[in-house]
Amino acid sequence: MSATNEVITSGSYIKHHLQNLTYGQFPDGHWGLAHTASEAKEMGFWAFHLDTLSVSFVLGALFLIFFYRVGKKMTSDTPSGAQNFIESVIDFINENVRGSFNGQNPMVAPLALTTFIWIVLMNTMDLVPIDWLPYVAQQIGVWFGADPHHVFFKVVPTTDPNATIGMSIGIFILIIYYSIKEKGAGGFAAELTFHPFGKMMLPFNLFLEGVNLIAKPVSLALRLFGNMYAGEMIFILIALLPFCVQWSLSLPWAIFHILIVLLQAFIFMTLVIVYMDMAYQKKH
Amino acid sequence: MNINLTMFGQLIMFAMFTWFCMKFVWPPIVMAMEERKKRIESGLLAAERGRSEQKEAQAKAQEMINQSKYHAAEIIANATRQASNMVEDAKDIALKEAGKVKAQAQVQLEQDTIQTRNELKNQVSDLVMQGVNAVLAKEVDVKTHQQMLGKLSQSLS
Repeated sequence: MSATNEVITSGSYIKHHLQNLTYGQFPDGHWGLAHTASEAKEMGFWAFHLDTLSVSFVLGALFLIFFYRVGKKMTSDTPSGAQNFIESVIDFINENVRGSFNGQNPMVAPLALTTFIWIVLMNTMDLVPIDWLPYVAQQIGVWFGADPHHVFFKVVPTTDPNATIGMSIGIFILIIYYSIKEKGAGGFAAELTFHPFGKMMLPFNLFLEGVNLIAKPVSLALRLFGNMYAGEMIFILIALLPFCVQWSLSLPWAIFHILIVLLQAFIFMTLVIVYMDMAYQKKH
Repeated sequence: MNINLTMFGQLIMFAMFTWFCMKFVWPPIVMAMEERKKRIESGLLAAERGRSEQKEAQAKAQEMINQSKYHAAEIIANATRQASNMVEDAKDIALKEAGKVKAQAQVQLEQDTIQTRNELKNQVSDLVMQGVNAVLAKEVDVKTHQQMLGKLSQSLS
């Protein structure tokens, strides 16, 4: 993508939409914003996606502020509108936690709530018409003196694998922490090595159980990322079509996508609860 | 789609959000809901208690009504008995009084009768004597017929 007189082709449009706003360390050692996709790639591991981080932070903060403010004004009398909404969400979460989680841990339900609402909000960014927020970001970038073609802004955090992997790493840490806390290091090691084939097949057992353990965060992260990325991709492709066709496809897809938004968040939350329950189980 | 430090940024954010949610968001909401649950429960219990109390009170009231009805009946019966007794007594007294009055009247009557008869007897004997005197003034000797006249007046009395 050259900076001057660029004609937007389908390819560049798609690429532009799929590129994160990257702040990182250039190969020569200094830190700065990547101007092109290749520059971002060269930065390698030592970089941040500012768009992913900022959007997810704002959404998470919105969620917590809203719930915190309503929670502070909670009454046990007849609830008002916002309180009704929050109570139904809490009931929904509680029901799921009670149904799937058999341990005693005051963290699991708030964890499930945070996971669910945060992911719902992040996924919902997919329903904002895909050019709006990038355009706003571009204007702000231009105001700061940047080349509009170099301002990237990927709005949906969950279409960035970093976001989903980051969350699943958190879950993975919790799984290991509570497994060791509940069963002891020995118990956890035994679970990994003595099943399913007995002590004689220890390496094989370790391999199987290891795959089983690693598969949890990986599948968690990739499922969410894959679904949202594919959905976003289709929105981008629809946006490339002529205007009169756009809305006739975009609307049904958006309606269908509402389902995916909620479903993926629900699946993530349910799996978090189930994994936590498995960490607590001592059946072996 | 590069994997980079964003991952850890997201991880830290996730941890922070979860911590905040667990510390400040979850407890007040759940507590309020729990409190409401308790209040509803106690309210239902109170309603149940109220209902049974009402039943009890109703039974008590019914019993009191029955008792007072019984009392009233008793009082009426007593009063009736007393009234009839009084009437009986009054009748007795009246009868006695009437008997007395009657007896007195009879006695008076008898006395009056006797007196009247005596008076009549005397008057008749006087009349007879006068008539006899007038008729027999000269033919009859008072002295000779005195005895016979005396007998006559005696038989009249």
